[in-house]
Amino acid sequence: MTRALLTGNGAAAWGARLAGVDYVPAFPITPQTEIIETIERWIEAGEMDARMVTLESEHSMVTAAGAAAATGVRVFSATSSQGLLYAMEMLYGVAGWRVPLVLVNVSRGVSAPVTLEPDHQDVLAARDSGFLQIHCSTCQEVLDGVLLAHRLAEDPRVRLPAIVNLDGFYLSFTREPVEIPSPEAVERFLPPFDAGSTRFRASTPIAQAVAVLGGGPYSYFRYEMHRAAEQALGVYAEIARDFARELGREQPAVATHRMDDAEIAIVMIGSFATKAMDAVDRMRETGRAVGLVRPRLLRPFPRDELQRVLSGARGVAVVDQNLSIGQGGVLHAELSAAIHGQPEAPPILASFIGGLGGRDITTEEFFEMVEVTRAAAEAGRPPPPRLLYTEEELREVRKLQGIALAERHEVGPGEAHASRAPEGSGS
Amino acid sequence: MSETRFQRMKDLPSTHLLGAGTAMCAGCGALQALQTIYDVLGERTVFVNAAGCMTLLSVYPFTPFRGSWLYTAMACAPAGAQGVRDALDILIAKGRIPPGEDLSVVTLTGDGAANGMGLSSTSGAIERGLDFLYICYDNEGYGNTGQQTSGATPHGARTATSGAPHGHAGFKKDLFSIWTAHRPAYAATVIGAEPLDLARKVEKAASLRGPRFIHVLAPCPTGWDFEPSEMIDVGRLAVRTGIWPLKEYENGQVVHTRTPHPRAPVEEYLRLQGRFRHLFEPEPDAETLGSIQQRVDDYWEAAG
Repeated sequence: MTRALLTGNGAAAWGARLAGVDYVPAFPITPQTEIIETIERWIEAGEMDARMVTLESEHSMVTAAGAAAATGVRVFSATSSQGLLYAMEMLYGVAGWRVPLVLVNVSRGVSAPVTLEPDHQDVLAARDSGFLQIHCSTCQEVLDGVLLAHRLAEDPRVRLPAIVNLDGFYLSFTREPVEIPSPEAVERFLPPFDAGSTRFRASTPIAQAVAVLGGGPYSYFRYEMHRAAEQALGVYAEIARDFARELGREQPAVATHRMDDAEIAIVMIGSFATKAMDAVDRMRETGRAVGLVRPRLLRPFPRDELQRVLSGARGVAVVDQNLSIGQGGVLHAELSAAIHGQPEAPPILASFIGGLGGRDITTEEFFEMVEVTRAAAEAGRPPPPRLLYTEEELREVRKLQGIALAERHEVGPGEAHASRAPEGSGS
Repeated sequence: MSETRFQRMKDLPSTHLLGAGTAMCAGCGALQALQTIYDVLGERTVFVNAAGCMTLLSVYPFTPFRGSWLYTAMACAPAGAQGVRDALDILIAKGRIPPGEDLSVVTLTGDGAANGMGLSSTSGAIERGLDFLYICYDNEGYGNTGQQTSGATPHGARTATSGAPHGHAGFKKDLFSIWTAHRPAYAATVIGAEPLDLARKVEKAASLRGPRFIHVLAPCPTGWDFEPSEMIDVGRLAVRTGIWPLKEYENGQVVHTRTPHPRAPVEEYLRLQGRFRHLFEPEPDAETLGSIQQRVDDYWEAAG
């Protein structure tokens, strides 16, 4: 085992290298590109025995990934944002093929308006695709997550592809100390790839991904996927134990921080959860009984474990770095469904939207969210959902709108004009 | 072509490899061509399919193929072929399967995928030099959804989305030239009604490596509106009128494997098909008919 300062992207590449992946179909997109560049360098230097091919789109990339996995090799790939959306048809497709490939997604807000900065809109669009999802909050978790994802996806009881998610910029380009396990230790945890019966060979022809006629067979195969994903919860618990034994780190499906006697819990995923952790520690110093719950697995959704860790809390602040337009936070809705009607379920589940497109969530805002949730618990009435935004931010946008307006007057119609954000904020 | 094992009609296999009882329509020109193609390619193949009529060949739990099959989606069959080919190469290179387990990778798509949303993945695969054979069965429309206009629909044809009085205003996309502009290892046009020419070209394509293209004109009784029993006649007339030139590309050169002489008037081909009826009834549309004939004449004049 060695210790190194790695970016999240570097950690993802190390995960693929240690997993001994055979095939890396690729397509560049910010902020993911460093992953495939790193792997390409290792392949060229002979340090990694894999083949990389750059496809002409992410749709083709995921198709090639699925087809290679269906032929019987260990496959790794990576994308972000628009790339994940462009590939979406084939995410559903290859999940239905039941091929166990691993796809790293470096989260980035989706267009429009176009941005390079992170939130979880992209990966949550893949929520129902059949891909399992592991969400990381540190660079170490990224490396570990890739190894866990391969083992989980390839388990004969699961056989579903998996996404390992990390936040663009905050993790992808941030260096953190990461323990790189020895190849021997990884080998004990992750056995060589076994294609099982999913493979193309001259001596054993097979038709894969064929059509079905009628809702009976269709439902059967869809239910089978769902049951496999649900089974993956128990399998994950098993492999997390193996991981702790062989590689020395605990990576439970639901991570908690100071939840033992917590009255108010913050629930969130991804790298901003480390900011929440810091805020929790500060609130604890001032005597507030606050804790943090961070689901590492989002698919399958660790329903029972979330019920267990949250039982007895008086209120929960769910922080969503996504926005289901016209509904609200996705995690909030998912958690509501998971705990509704359960004995000891927290009576107050408050929804906060923040951290969209790279927007920070400050310590003060964590304090405020906890305070709003605590007050709602006191009053016994759930607060309305909140979209985090400061007056200062609004002032900044008003300034931009002012510039856009002034430029338009200056230049006049029919000539070069100030750019217009798609939702009309420039008017 | 001198080294072909298909010298005369009796050299063609008398029994077919492809199983019977599929969901294809009676008189399907695509299935007829595929029978011969599969006989020549053999069962050590994996067909990577895009959404289209032929997707219904393999419906759980049946497949007419003795070899393998993978359905992908409409836009990305060549990318599926890339993944399968690369994985087989990796497995052989790493000694995890013996070379005897190798398969030829064959992409099978309709004209809708080949001319439209599949063009990007096709171009990518050729540019990467992928070792695969791409078969496009071209029934000149989105056949599986009821014959709407595709990039392959010919000028003047009535489709579910191009009605009378004049039919489709656009012109059939020149997919063969799009392919050859990529300088592939091989490209050829074929038709099931000329099985010897078809078998020789598939045989040659199978003997080469790299990106290879077989473009099959697939007369479609339901989409083109003719009797299933006339499928071979329609196919032969497509060749005799010069509307469907039989040709092949190799080493930068295009060679016609059949030069119809004299060429039959295009009307003989068009008249057989209900999709062109509006060009003849109630009054002959001399202008459209003339322009179709002119384009064919111009083609052959340019071909020398």
